[in-house]
Amino acid sequence: MAEATPLLKDELDIVIPTIRNLDFLEMWRPYFQPYHMIIVQDGDPSKVIKVPEGFDYELYNRNDINKILGPKASCISFKDSACRCFGYMVSKKKYIFTIDDDCFVAKDPSGKEINALSQHIKNILSPSSPYFFNTLYDPFREGADYVRGYPFSLREGVPTAVSHGLWLNIPDYDAPTQLVKPLEKNTRYVDAVMTIPKGTLFPMCGMNLTFDRDLIGPAMYFGLMGDGQPIGRYDDMWAGWCVKVICDHLGLGVKTGLPYIWHSKASNPFVNLKKEYKGIFWQEEIIPFFQAATLSKEAITVQQCYIELSKQVKEKLSKLDPYFDKLADAMVTWIEAWDELNPPKKTKLPNGTAK
Amino acid sequence: MSHPIIKDDEVDIVVAAIQPDLTSFMEEWRPIFCRFHLIIVKDPDLQKELIIPEGFNMDLYTKSDMDRVSTSILFTGYSCRYFGYLVSKKKYIVAVDDDCIPAKDGKGFLFDVVAQHISNLRLPATPFFFNTLYDPFQKGADFVRGYPFSLRNGVKCAISCGLWLNLADYDAPTQALKPGERNARYVDAVLTVPLKAMMPLSGINVAFNREVIGPALFPGLHLAGEGKQRWETVEDIWCGMCAKLVCDHLGLGVKSGVPYVWRNDRGDAIETLKKEWLGMKLMEEVVPFFQSVRLPRTAVVAEDCVLEIAAMVKEKLGPVDPLFGQAADAMVEWVRLWKAVESASPTPGA
Repeated sequence: MAEATPLLKDELDIVIPTIRNLDFLEMWRPYFQPYHMIIVQDGDPSKVIKVPEGFDYELYNRNDINKILGPKASCISFKDSACRCFGYMVSKKKYIFTIDDDCFVAKDPSGKEINALSQHIKNILSPSSPYFFNTLYDPFREGADYVRGYPFSLREGVPTAVSHGLWLNIPDYDAPTQLVKPLEKNTRYVDAVMTIPKGTLFPMCGMNLTFDRDLIGPAMYFGLMGDGQPIGRYDDMWAGWCVKVICDHLGLGVKTGLPYIWHSKASNPFVNLKKEYKGIFWQEEIIPFFQAATLSKEAITVQQCYIELSKQVKEKLSKLDPYFDKLADAMVTWIEAWDELNPPKKTKLPNGTAK
Repeated sequence: MSHPIIKDDEVDIVVAAIQPDLTSFMEEWRPIFCRFHLIIVKDPDLQKELIIPEGFNMDLYTKSDMDRVSTSILFTGYSCRYFGYLVSKKKYIVAVDDDCIPAKDGKGFLFDVVAQHISNLRLPATPFFFNTLYDPFQKGADFVRGYPFSLRNGVKCAISCGLWLNLADYDAPTQALKPGERNARYVDAVLTVPLKAMMPLSGINVAFNREVIGPALFPGLHLAGEGKQRWETVEDIWCGMCAKLVCDHLGLGVKSGVPYVWRNDRGDAIETLKKEWLGMKLMEEVVPFFQSVRLPRTAVVAEDCVLEIAAMVKEKLGPVDPLFGQAADAMVEWVRLWKAVESASPTPGA
């Protein structure tokens, strides 16, 4: 008999970056209202972002970020949704769910609304199985199990650090693909959650993502993007590659698949192309870098792993472009800021106040 | 980008007859199998005559055929299908257990297992980087943002592992613990199993490119007292792990997912549990072994890879259990047989 999925309402924060408005929250109200939200307002700080009534939230604009981090604020992107990682840093909760403001509640093939948050919680509270691929996907889902041939010694699994959800309607394509297939919609509902095997990298999308802050939080830095930077739309990708290397090293799991959200807005492919085009070239070097990256035995905390990785970025990717030198420094700044705002836990800290 | 068309006459359907009366099995599959050439291999342990309905383009192989070719390889039980793989003259093979029938969609239409397997084999695999929208070559899908462009051509897909509705391919303890559990979840996806990821390659519903990977699908690991239930075997799991290693080494892909077959209830998991249950114990030994195998650059075809793996199995796993030593010998004999059969009558177009 399936147990009810816990709400985790005092253990999970919802982080939302926004530059426009938060109208989308109305559709999510039945699912999000129990939770505390951290809103990271990008762009013009003098603009007032109206939060619908009845939500418990704290909101940070650029002035707040500068005030709280001082000179370390340089690591937080401006004019890019990468700024959301500031929300991860200031949260006092164990879990983060982050979602874009153009993502709505999707329906499953039976027409029922999908409670994305509940599915993420199921994913993250059950173990992952990265060391051996299970052909029936997540063996911890109701109605599934490990198949014949799956070694018993590996069936306990490892803790799940990340739950990566997907999107119906507008798929997360890069600009060239969008230009070639402007009308393609993702209509295929794939009823599966699976662990991404150890040693395999993936493109992590930040639109519909949950992670365990205690297990992997410091690695969820979304990089230097947007204003003043040569690249955009690679924030979540960068974080995903760092996160996967570190999860593999620390014996943590990353799941992908359900839940689906409904992605409503197709961004302008020409604007996207301008943001991405350097990334499209650079990723050809970046991917082999991450595929070959190894961390030392001495790196046993996420922060230690991340700092080691930043040194390797500086050493190996700077020759690709001076941007990576800056990024490596920003990675260190991020960890310093993270540790300052997240001292070792002794007592439970209260949420920040709403603005 | 266009991908090669696979013609019907390039495909053999191989069926291992473990039970004598294939009438209902063949009739269920007739709409899908009728276009193809079939190879039916009779389990050498089966005493009764086979009953096979008319109207199929097929060849039947029995114990006497197998004895003529080799007396050292055990082609008993489910392993008799490998004889079918050996003698096939086609480029692609689709194999289905004789307790499986076509699965149906919500409207009652049959899922065309052969067409889906062929599509999986025809379209490239993408083992080097995980695509979160699964097979990017499926209609309505593509590579997602962040997928390196240099990896988007993909590699040849050598093996397509299908799945099962109703009776899933669980081991005996799992099925015994959950006697009522049946797989009702149809997951509408096929994906490439990433490079270096180990997997349990079930032989119940599988297809492969015989030309590139045939020698790596062999009858090797036979358990003492191995029965006629899949719960009582690991032969497919064993060669599947070897085959995955070979694919990883040769830059070939392995896909898993659709198509589904409907697997009929059969056997009693608890009865199986009562037997001495060696299979799972052996699996525990092999994981560290497979994680450590490195094949030399000089091994450039499947036959060479299998011989290398056999030597390593003999050396490292032989001392653990004599069954591994026997498996290694069987692998060597299999490659010898394969080469002999190929040179006697080469596959057209090879």
